[in-house]
Amino acid sequence: MSIDKILAEKRSKIIKKWRNAIIKSYPEDGQGFLKREKSQFANPVGLTISTEIETLYDEIIKGENTEKISSCLDSIIRIRAVQDFKPSRAVAFVLQLKQIIRDELGSGHSDKMRILDNRIDEIALLAFDVYSACRQKISEIRVKEVKNQVGKLLERANLISEIPEQRPAL
Amino acid sequence: MADTPKPAEIAKIDHYPSPFEKGWMNKQVEIKPGVYCYASKPKNLEYVGMPYPREWNPADEDWKLPENWKEIIEEGFKDRLDKYRSFKLFMDICVRCGACADKCHFFIGSGDPKNMPVQRAELLRSVYRKNHTIGGKILGPFAGARELTEDVLKEWWYYLYQCTECRRCSVFCPYGIDTAEITIIGRELTNLLGLNIDWIAAPVANCYRTGNHLGIQPHAYKDMMDFFTDEIEDITGIRMEQDFNRKGAEILFITPSGDVFADPGTFTCMGYMMLFHYLKEQGLDITWSTYASEGGNFGFFTSHEMAKRLNAKMYAEAKRLGVKWILGGECGHMWRVLNQYMDTFNGPPDSLEEPVSPITGTKFENAKTTKMVHLVEFTADLMKHNKLKLDPSRNDHLKVTFHDSCNTARGMGFLEEPRYVIKNVCNNFYEMPPETIRELTFCCGSGSGLNAGENMELRMRGGLPRANAVKHVHEKHGVNMLSCICAIDRAVLTSLMEYWVPEVEVTGVHEMVANALVFDGEKKRTTDLRGEPLPGMEDEEDV
Repeated sequence: MSIDKILAEKRSKIIKKWRNAIIKSYPEDGQGFLKREKSQFANPVGLTISTEIETLYDEIIKGENTEKISSCLDSIIRIRAVQDFKPSRAVAFVLQLKQIIRDELGSGHSDKMRILDNRIDEIALLAFDVYSACRQKISEIRVKEVKNQVGKLLERANLISEIPEQRPAL
Repeated sequence: MADTPKPAEIAKIDHYPSPFEKGWMNKQVEIKPGVYCYASKPKNLEYVGMPYPREWNPADEDWKLPENWKEIIEEGFKDRLDKYRSFKLFMDICVRCGACADKCHFFIGSGDPKNMPVQRAELLRSVYRKNHTIGGKILGPFAGARELTEDVLKEWWYYLYQCTECRRCSVFCPYGIDTAEITIIGRELTNLLGLNIDWIAAPVANCYRTGNHLGIQPHAYKDMMDFFTDEIEDITGIRMEQDFNRKGAEILFITPSGDVFADPGTFTCMGYMMLFHYLKEQGLDITWSTYASEGGNFGFFTSHEMAKRLNAKMYAEAKRLGVKWILGGECGHMWRVLNQYMDTFNGPPDSLEEPVSPITGTKFENAKTTKMVHLVEFTADLMKHNKLKLDPSRNDHLKVTFHDSCNTARGMGFLEEPRYVIKNVCNNFYEMPPETIRELTFCCGSGSGLNAGENMELRMRGGLPRANAVKHVHEKHGVNMLSCICAIDRAVLTSLMEYWVPEVEVTGVHEMVANALVFDGEKKRTTDLRGEPLPGMEDEEDV
């Protein structure tokens, strides 16, 4: 059987294993809730993981639509970037897919697997970009809050007078 | 030579955490940056006479605790068990059914089990069992009891300042346990040792000294309002001067200082000013105060006594000015304090009268004893009596949803009035899913003094359930404006949206009211209060 066919056939099994692996990265007492609760409003973390990795898996197999892959990664990593994870742990789930697929494939697909490995490595790098962008955003928000609190205060209390955007008419 | 691992060794590294996690009691707390807030500065504690002011750092091993810290906490614990029957009950009656466990926004957003309300309360309850129950004294850990140690204290502090006292969990508790009250008492205990966060301690000290959280002095407060008066004149062509500290006025208006100094609350403040000017002709006799210049009360996040001290200025200023009653601006925890505590803290005030709207004659019986009315119910009453000429099409560029603030929704059952006002001034209003609004509303993730900057990760994950619901209505209906009636919400939801749903902005309800309010003799509006062009009016701007 060709690797593509196996990956299509075992899709739901692989995705389930992958989801469980990601949820295992959370503290044990919280894992049940992340798996069990099916409402997207009561359990945004669990549901985002479940739905996004499905699309992500399909796109990884196809290996074409980088934009879609980035968007899936963003949904998951935006959450993990503000949770109790070290940077490496926040994006490790991408690499976990390798072993999960390998376990399902068994032996004898080394050529195809090498291609898939490379693709997953590429996506891991993409995940790193997404993670950095999220962290960068957090810093920007912090700076913006401080500026908003202090800058406006000085200006409006007439303590500073900067060059206006438009010169007053004579 | 460097000890580089061989490829075979590297291949053995697995990506899974250890399966041997110990029970929660044995796990030492790790104080993480991005989650904890900076420690209170000694000057801020000294100013209000709080105990043990000192330089300390939560990230350090040594918190410089007083030698007899354990006695102080145990004594404080016992005092509060005697004083607050509710606290004693809440310690005793929880059966750990788990109904509250997955209802906390911090647990939902972080997956950290110690953010489950039951577990957070258990941090205190375990020490209670050890010291105050026979089973706990004899059986120890087998009865869920444990000794109070320095590590336990640190764990208390870390998690008590990861609860926004929003009370969503209490809605689901079959016994009616209010976990927020456990947090409130827990925080009181930490304050006995000078363990507070500066984001709370500084506003408390400032408020005590100058009358508001930021320490804005009266002249600066007035300058800011003058600035708004100019802005309003630019937009409407009408000069809408306000009165300050005017003795003999009928009504005193008090709002959170955030409305005066932080965007986008400033636009809400302009909205109040415009409404008051509009009603002047109809007989509204109202004054602002530059002394009672803060509706918020960060003392409430410190201790009951501190909340009482800071709250006292409202009645004191009302008495000094000789007003009949007090009108309050759009705020969250301010109303929790006013609605639930002020009456017994400092009231009932002899000098004030039962509030009656001078425009409609409506008696606000709900405020019979506190003598303080929420501006949104005041405005809803005006609308019900057709006292305002409104053009909701001026808000047509907005697709609006409404975030119920925890304190107004769960703290005072204030659910319909804001919606009634919004629907009168906006043509496009969309509710978020039912399990995320009204009594079940999700917290902004930054309330109860946790709106600092250094804990941004905590704020973002705590606000995730709220943002997730906003994202849903944004994708489904194209919602681009999140409205709210709380000053902290206005500030923090702006950041929350920027991270999770950047297409959505944040507004106070009275900003939208003022946009829609039609004044006699005003110039044709080409922009909204933010100076952004109104749709269909762009071409007329330069005429």
